[in-house]
Amino acid sequence: MSDITLDAHIPAGPLADKWDEHKFAVKLVNPSNRRKFRIVVVGSGLAGASAAATLGELGYQVTLLTFHDSPRRAHSIAAQGGINAAKNYRNDGDSVYRLFYDTIKGGDYRSREANVYRLAQVSVNIIDQCVAQGVPFAREYGGLLDNRSFGGAQVSRTFYARGQTGQQLLLGAYQALARQVHLGTVTLYNRNELLDVVVHEGRAVGVVARDLITGDVVSHAGHAVVLATGGYSNVFFLSTNAMQSNVTAIWRAHRRGALMANPCYTQIHPTCIPASDDFQSKLTLMSESLRNDGRIWVPKQFGDERPPDEIPEEERDFFLERRYPAFGNLVPRDVASRAAKREVDAGRGVGPRKNGVYLDFSDATRRLGRDVIEERYGNLFQMYDRITGEDPYTVPMRIYPAVHYAMGGLWVDYNLMSTIPGLYVLGEANFSDHGANRLGASALMQGLADGYFVLPATINDYLAPLLGTDPVPTDHGVFVAAEAEVNERVGALLGVNGSRSVDYFHRELGKILWDNCGMERSRESLEKALSEIPALRDEFHKDVRVLGDDESLNQSLERAGRVADFLEFGELLCRDALHREESCGGHFRVEHQTEDGEALRDDEDFAYVGAWEYTGDVANTVLHKEPLEFENIDLAQRSYK
Amino acid sequence: MKITLTVWRQDSPAATGGFETHQLDDVSPDMSFLEMFDVLNEALIADDKEPVAFDHDCREGICGSCSMMINGRAHGPELGTATCQLHLRKFSDGAHITVEPWRAAAFPIIKDLCVDRSAFDRIVEAGGYITIPTGSAPDGNLILVPKPVSDTAMDAAACIGCGACVAACPNGAAQLFTAAKIQHLNLLPQGQPERWDRVTNMVNEMERWFGSCTMHGECEAACPKEISIDFIALMNRDYVKAQFKQRRLAGQQA
Repeated sequence: MSDITLDAHIPAGPLADKWDEHKFAVKLVNPSNRRKFRIVVVGSGLAGASAAATLGELGYQVTLLTFHDSPRRAHSIAAQGGINAAKNYRNDGDSVYRLFYDTIKGGDYRSREANVYRLAQVSVNIIDQCVAQGVPFAREYGGLLDNRSFGGAQVSRTFYARGQTGQQLLLGAYQALARQVHLGTVTLYNRNELLDVVVHEGRAVGVVARDLITGDVVSHAGHAVVLATGGYSNVFFLSTNAMQSNVTAIWRAHRRGALMANPCYTQIHPTCIPASDDFQSKLTLMSESLRNDGRIWVPKQFGDERPPDEIPEEERDFFLERRYPAFGNLVPRDVASRAAKREVDAGRGVGPRKNGVYLDFSDATRRLGRDVIEERYGNLFQMYDRITGEDPYTVPMRIYPAVHYAMGGLWVDYNLMSTIPGLYVLGEANFSDHGANRLGASALMQGLADGYFVLPATINDYLAPLLGTDPVPTDHGVFVAAEAEVNERVGALLGVNGSRSVDYFHRELGKILWDNCGMERSRESLEKALSEIPALRDEFHKDVRVLGDDESLNQSLERAGRVADFLEFGELLCRDALHREESCGGHFRVEHQTEDGEALRDDEDFAYVGAWEYTGDVANTVLHKEPLEFENIDLAQRSYK
Repeated sequence: MKITLTVWRQDSPAATGGFETHQLDDVSPDMSFLEMFDVLNEALIADDKEPVAFDHDCREGICGSCSMMINGRAHGPELGTATCQLHLRKFSDGAHITVEPWRAAAFPIIKDLCVDRSAFDRIVEAGGYITIPTGSAPDGNLILVPKPVSDTAMDAAACIGCGACVAACPNGAAQLFTAAKIQHLNLLPQGQPERWDRVTNMVNEMERWFGSCTMHGECEAACPKEISIDFIALMNRDYVKAQFKQRRLAGQQA
């Protein structure tokens, strides 16, 4: 165990002035010196693409790696509902402070005040930037920007582009990136996957990546490394994440010394389409924005087999509206998810597998007309129809919670630097802004805040003193050794030649985690998971079957590497969940709940960030704590009643 | 249900490919088309045969990774639907389905059903953006965009870059993709300063890679986002205008 003190480097001074003063206090790199620095960015989603584009615009030389065939395919593209910003264009009492407050409260008081306040501050710049880039946000007839409301807020501050906001924002960042590729400041390597982070004399000096088409293992060196590699929800196998989303980049960084913070904070999204059969490969999310106009209910009567339109209004239980009159169907995601689970567990679930609740638009359609509903949600309704074969304009949707987002991630300070100097982590890959639960429409905001505005203003502080130094050459022993390790790992996976496919192990791991460390966790279930995961991991390394070679495109081999890392990371996730003897946000321990079943925090003992240090094996990971200090907000029991 | 699947297999770009037929005896109509491939691949692995390589990621019809010619149609029989959103209930029990990779000279095959679509990135890099360095934007509401304009720009911007338009085109042309990208920006007030350069540069880059458009309209029929070929007309109009405009915009181009 090393002697680590977690210093978040939060600037002194009043909350509202911290960011401005910090930007003044940091060291700068003169514009003509910036081209002397090379920065390796990994990941091309909102955070990675916006960071690479902005760093390129500033004049740095950027190497960008993505395992996709084009940067535009990163999973940010699938975000549907919108992006928050404290513009107060609706004149409904919004402000930077209110967005800050809602985010801290929504995160169940487990995030840093200074980070969240900064996020709320730059949210307004993000909208300006995206509009100027040509993102076709929804408009009013007068030509002004339109807004809608989202869970966990009582104001309308969400900007959107139909049901494809993530796509449009990512295309905006991708376009800015394409411009830099054209200008030559960014060198793009697509279909290249990071397999190790290289640390030399305590600093991050580059990465080792595998070209997925040729199988070549190649090093990329830089003065600094930026990971924007997304979240780890696919550790659960079934999640709403894209099939390729994985933990490998941040797990490899963790193994090289970066601390992993709050891995147990995983978000379950309430509005996903329930699994239809055992072949299900992933779950599909229906935007939270649907809860603006849809009403969630189950039949009051147990085992009610009638079709929904034959169940009269008084025999329906609108359980969110009943239990949370103030926020109704727009309670935060964790609250809505657990409420739905409770109904299904009690046997009032609907659909052929009794694994869903209704999300019903008939009232809104009567009130607003089908045209308005179609305009707002047309593409979502179409998607639902395709997947289920049911028409949501006439039959209520069936929804059920699914794993969706990871609040946890690599620990970073206020500058977004991990515990490895020179290694920065952005977007979902870091832990920084959402506490124990993320509010809807805030992931896009954070990814773009980190990439467009935060990193480009802080990375100079690290780079400035390195002026005049060259990156460590890629033929240096430290790169050669890392490449050899990667080759050995790849060779080992191909060499097992066992009897079971990679997917088999991934599904098994997912089952262990969902059953024991999903929406609800207990000491007993977590201990069970902690005994099962290492056994499964051993079996994987003895019995996995990866066919083909490492000299051409080999998708089984890619997946095998990712699942191997999930099998280690999953154990850490459970360890973190076991140690956190409280319920907060997405982490719900059945031992810790109020009389009416709400999450019960323990601020006395757990108002800290749990950051884990790798010491050679997951079982002996060491916990470090960063206390969370609340100077501006009083900690309170969250109430959405 | 039962499905007979004939799939294109090809080891590498240079290798000679061929069709391979497999019988799937127990698939569910609620399965997606790609989940059927998951089942096939699991069976192949169990049989010690290499699984079929295919591009896919979000499986929600938005990332644009999936790319299968299904019975000769890009993304299969259902209109406005990407392969990942196609479900087996759209096929009859006992159906024989043939699956090939995108067919286009500009999209070389990497392996099995995976192709290289990076020519699309080159087109965007040639001008598919608005020059607006981070931090220099005015307040969002200072730029008024009439709702119909914004809506039409969004219709174009909905393109997922999958390449179905190219695969469906008998000429392997990329007019629909390029037009969607150009018109998304050229319609908006923000896109005006670079409008004429954008259309010129992007069309010229497109011509380097892809075949020529002869207005078959197959692209529109294949597009999973149902993007209209009207945008091609708008692009052609802008391209022609640009050839004259450029001379009048003193100082913009020699």
